[in-house]
Amino acid sequence: MSRVVSVTSSNVYCMNNDHQAQASPAGPIVQLAGVNKHYGALHVLNNINLEVTKGEVVVILGPSGSGKSTLCRAINRLETIDEGTIKIDGNTLPSEGKALAKLRADVGMVFQSFNLFAHKSILENVTLGPIKVKGMKKQEAKDLAMKLLERVGVANQADKLPAQLSGGQQQRVAIARALAMKPKVMLFDEPTSALDPEMINEVLDTMVGLAKEGMTMLVVTHEMGFARKAADRVIFMADGQIVEQATPEQFFTNPQSDRAKDFLGKLITNH
Amino acid sequence: MENYLSIFTEYDIPGAFWVNIQLTFWAAIGALVLGTILALLRISPVASFQAIGASYVNLVRNTPLTIIILFAVLALYGQLGFTLGGDFQANFFRLSVLGLAVYHAAFVCEAIRSGVNTVPLGQAEAARAIGLGFMPAARLIILPQAFRGAIVPLGNTLIALIKNSTVAAVGSVATESSSVMKTMIEFRSDIVIPIFLTFAIGFVIIVIPVGLLTTWLSKKLAVAR
Repeated sequence: MSRVVSVTSSNVYCMNNDHQAQASPAGPIVQLAGVNKHYGALHVLNNINLEVTKGEVVVILGPSGSGKSTLCRAINRLETIDEGTIKIDGNTLPSEGKALAKLRADVGMVFQSFNLFAHKSILENVTLGPIKVKGMKKQEAKDLAMKLLERVGVANQADKLPAQLSGGQQQRVAIARALAMKPKVMLFDEPTSALDPEMINEVLDTMVGLAKEGMTMLVVTHEMGFARKAADRVIFMADGQIVEQATPEQFFTNPQSDRAKDFLGKLITNH
Repeated sequence: MENYLSIFTEYDIPGAFWVNIQLTFWAAIGALVLGTILALLRISPVASFQAIGASYVNLVRNTPLTIIILFAVLALYGQLGFTLGGDFQANFFRLSVLGLAVYHAAFVCEAIRSGVNTVPLGQAEAARAIGLGFMPAARLIILPQAFRGAIVPLGNTLIALIKNSTVAAVGSVATESSSVMKTMIEFRSDIVIPIFLTFAIGFVIIVIPVGLLTTWLSKKLAVAR
């Protein structure tokens, strides 16, 4: 499933598998500094400072309501923030308008509920962004889309509507749709949480393949297997704060904070 | 019976209905365009645009159509000298179309807004996430699905518009059906009830296919989720 195919010469897909060792002379791709957000009395993001360097795969773990999804969505400004700055590749995220749209085009987003455009075919879902946002020629966009659909294993469904596909297939199309924009970073907001168990792996395999190719990824998930297999760094959040950051190895074998120990303990007893 | 049938030769009844269909046709196009713009204002992220859309809907929707058409003819044309070209009759026809369009646009706006509510929020989020601005996202993703979810309420608005086109009588469109009916009743008071029934049934015949069509279309074009 995780065929490693370089679809473009863009520097996003560097073939260096040892991305942990990559230095980032150009600075971080994603940079959050002093980010705060409140929902009424709830302090959902509490002074978040986070940098994701190029090629890095960061997995955010944490209990429900810890703010990890909000953090992920804030990076694309699908959630507003009260304080702090968010930078994408050195550019501060603007609050509105064309500049925001332009920056969003560089950030791929994969949602829990897939959110494929329901009235468009699978192929149109993938070509829409390149054609309408980047002004790519139709044929070129179609070729790119077919390559990406091939790579996520759903090329034979190109003419169907989203509702005709299984959840796992839809989510893989959503990944292809995001990749078609040649993003600098991909955000995954619980990409497998809405899937039946037997479809989780096909999506995770696609994501592991992406990680191996050097895509910069920020993944909110409950899939510990993915974190172990593909993450360079695990971030553990609780109550809107980043409680702990470590390599997956360190985090799963030797968590430092009580919250993380408690969280991992519950996972083990529940499975 | 012969007495009754004579009204069909004395008066151009199909022609009278045809005027209503023409009024409806042009007003429907105007209402659809204006209503879509209003709906865009109401769903836009800009607060002042939302306020403009909401004010229009609340002012126009709550004003009787008779007053709006009278305003078009007596105030716009009579007082201010605003004309829409053509001869005397054509001008009244067009002013009535304007009044009908302006009035029904408020209902079209609300029908489309109800259609927008059938589109999950995730669709807009996904559109924004690939870098589409508000207008491209509305045009390519939200409105196409919203229209398909709004076919039944839009059909209801069209049905109301067909029947409301008779209000053009107050706009001095003397050839439309309710004006013709009024004339007929004046001269043929012997068959008042058959005349009423003729026009009532005539409208039912025009309106029923619209209802059937919208039900069929709403099923055929439903967005599978």
